[in-house]
Amino acid sequence: MTTASQGVKHAKQRSQAGQARLLGLVSRVRELGLLIVLLLIVLTVGVQAPRFLSIDNFEQILLSVAILAIVAVGETLVVLTRNVDLSVGSMVGITAFVTAYFFKQLPGINLLLGILLGCALGLVLGMINGLIVSFGRVPAIVATLGTLYAYRGLVFIFSSNTTSQINASDVPSSYLALATTQIFGIPTLILIAAVIAIIVGYFLHALQTGRQLYAVGSNPDAANMIGIRRDWLVFAAFAASGLLCGLAGVLWGARFGTVDSTNATGLELAVIAAVVVGGVNIFGGSGTILGVMLGAIVLGTLQNALNILNVSQFWLQALYGAAIIGAVVLDAFITRWVQRTILSRRKKA
Amino acid sequence: MKRLKSLLISWEALLVLLLLIGVVIGSVLSPYFLSSFNLAYALPSNIMEIAIMALPMTLIIIAGEIDLSVASLLGLTSVVLGLLWQRGLPMWLAIGVALLVGLVAGCLNGLLVTKLALPSLVVTIGTLALFRGLAYVVLGDQAVSNFPTAFTNLGFGTIPGTELPWSSLIFVILVVIFVMVLHFSRWGRQLYAIGNNKEAARFSGINVSRVKLVLFILSGVIAALAGVIFTSRFSSARPDNAVGFELYVVTVVLLGGVNIFGGRGSLLGVVLAIFIVGVLQNVLGLVNISGDIQNLAIGLLLILSVLGPNIARRIQVLITRRRLVAGSPKQV
Repeated sequence: MTTASQGVKHAKQRSQAGQARLLGLVSRVRELGLLIVLLLIVLTVGVQAPRFLSIDNFEQILLSVAILAIVAVGETLVVLTRNVDLSVGSMVGITAFVTAYFFKQLPGINLLLGILLGCALGLVLGMINGLIVSFGRVPAIVATLGTLYAYRGLVFIFSSNTTSQINASDVPSSYLALATTQIFGIPTLILIAAVIAIIVGYFLHALQTGRQLYAVGSNPDAANMIGIRRDWLVFAAFAASGLLCGLAGVLWGARFGTVDSTNATGLELAVIAAVVVGGVNIFGGSGTILGVMLGAIVLGTLQNALNILNVSQFWLQALYGAAIIGAVVLDAFITRWVQRTILSRRKKA
Repeated sequence: MKRLKSLLISWEALLVLLLLIGVVIGSVLSPYFLSSFNLAYALPSNIMEIAIMALPMTLIIIAGEIDLSVASLLGLTSVVLGLLWQRGLPMWLAIGVALLVGLVAGCLNGLLVTKLALPSLVVTIGTLALFRGLAYVVLGDQAVSNFPTAFTNLGFGTIPGTELPWSSLIFVILVVIFVMVLHFSRWGRQLYAIGNNKEAARFSGINVSRVKLVLFILSGVIAALAGVIFTSRFSSARPDNAVGFELYVVTVVLLGGVNIFGGRGSLLGVVLAIFIVGVLQNVLGLVNISGDIQNLAIGLLLILSVLGPNIARRIQVLITRRRLVAGSPKQV
C-alpha cells in the first residue's frame, strides 16, 4: 500500500520536476532564439555592408540601446506584476528637460546633485503612478495612459514658462561628459546600463522580494493570500520604473545635449517591444532581465541595420509594432505547445 | 423618494451637472463661447471624430476588451485616402478603399484577440505602433492636401438651413443605430453578458469569439470613417493625423460611466461625456491653451473618472462601517 502511494507520489514529483524543467527550457529557448536572430541579422546585414561589422558600429549599437535598456528594466518590473507602464516616454522626457534646465541655470553645480534631482523627479512621478494603480484601484492601462499625456503636458507647461529648447552649448561639459567618457575603454553609458541590469537581474533571480514579484504576477490573489503585500509590491514596481526613467532622462539629456519638450515621445512603444520580444509574459509572472536585454539589443541592431542599409527610419515604428505582435503571437503558440506536452506527459504518467 | 434620490446622485445626473458647470465657466472665460458659430459649428466639428469612434469603443469596453489602435488607424486610413487620390483614383473609390483598410485592420485586431486568446490591451498597443508606423511608411513626411472641393465641402460645409457641420448628421445617425443595437437588441444584451462573465456567456450559448470579432471590425470601419471625416475637415492627409486621439476616446467612454472591467455602462452617459469633453476642449482652445497642455487636462480627467467613483465607494464603505460600529441597525 505504502509503496504504491509512494510510487504515485514519486511519479507526481517527477512530472512536476519535468514541468518546471520544460518551463525553464522555454525561457532558455527564448534567450537562445534571440541570440540566433541577432546572429542572423548581423550576418545578413554584414554581408551587404561590411562596416556594420566593425567594433565601432557595435559600440554605437550598444550606446543607442543603453538608455532604452535602462527604461526596459523598469518596465519589466511592472509587467512582471501583470501591469503595464505606458508613461515611461513622458517620464524620460520630463526628467531630461528638467535636468538639462537645472544644469543650464546652475552650471557650476555639483554633477551628482543634478543626477539626484532627475532620479528623484522620476521616482516621484513613478510613485504617483503606483499610488493611482495600487491604492486608487485604477487599472494600470487607464492610469498610465492618463499620466502619459499628463506628464507630457507638464513638460510643455514647464518649457512654455522657461525656454523652448536647451542646447548642448547651454549645459556644462561635465554633464555632457556623462555620456561620452569611458571607463577601461568602455563607454560609461553602457556600463551604467549593464550594472543596473545585473543588479535588478540578481534581485529578481535570487532575492525574496524579487521572487514575490513573480508570484504577484502569476496569481495576484493567491500571492495576497499567502501574505505577500501585493499592493506595496505593485506600488514599488511603478516607483522603480519611475526612478529608472529618471536616471534614463538624466542620461538622455547628456547624450543628446539638445532637448526640447517633445523628446522621448513614443519611447514607450520601443520599450514595450523590447520587453515582450525579450520574453516577459504579458500576463505577468515570467521573464528574465537577460531576455529583455537581448530583446533591446535585437531592436537596437535592427534600427542600426535600417540606418546602414539606407532604409527609411519611417519603418522603425511599424517594426516595433510588428515586433510586439510577433512576440505575443509566438508566445501564444509556445504556451499552447507546452500545455499540450504537459498534458500528454500527464496522460502517460 | 428613494428613487428620486438615486436619480439625483446617478452618474448621468452628475454628468449633466458637469456639463452645465462647463458651459457656465466657458461663457465666463470667453465672449465667443456662446456665439452660435462656436456652439453649432466649431465645438461639434472638433469633437466629431472622437465622438463617432467612442461609439464602438463603448461596446468594446462593455464587452470587457479595449482598442487602443483607433487613432493610429485613423491616421493610416487618412494617408491611404490621400495617396490613392494623389495617384488619380476617383474620390469615391479612394474612400471605399480607406474603409476597406479599416475593415481589414479591425479584422486583424479581432482575429488576434479571439483566435489566439491574446489580451486586446497588448494586441492593440502593438497595432497602435504598427498602423501609425505604416502610415509613415506610406507617406513619409509628406502630406496630401489638394483634395477636390466637393470632398472638402463635406468637412467644412454645414447642413443647409443650419450652422451644424455635416459630420454631426453622421454622428446622430450612428448614435441612433448604436443605441438600438446596444440597448434594444439581443446582440446588445449579449455584450453585457460577455463583459460580466465571459465563461458564463459562452456556456449560455453566446458565440463570444464571433461577437468580439464583429466588435473589432466595427471599430476598425468606424475609425476609417473618422479618418475620412478628419481628412476632409482639414483637407490634409498626414501620417501624424489625430495622434493621441485614443486618449480622448477612452476618456469619453470611461467618463460616460462605462465600467473599465466590462459589463456596465450606457450610451446616454457616453454621449453626455462627449459633450463635456467637447466643451472642455473648446474652452481650453478659446483661452489659447495649446493642444499638448489640453492633453494634460484630458489625461487627468481620464484618471479621475475611474479614481473618483473608487474613492467615493471607499468613503461610503467607511461611513457604513462606522454606522455599524455605532450600532444603529436601522441605517443598515
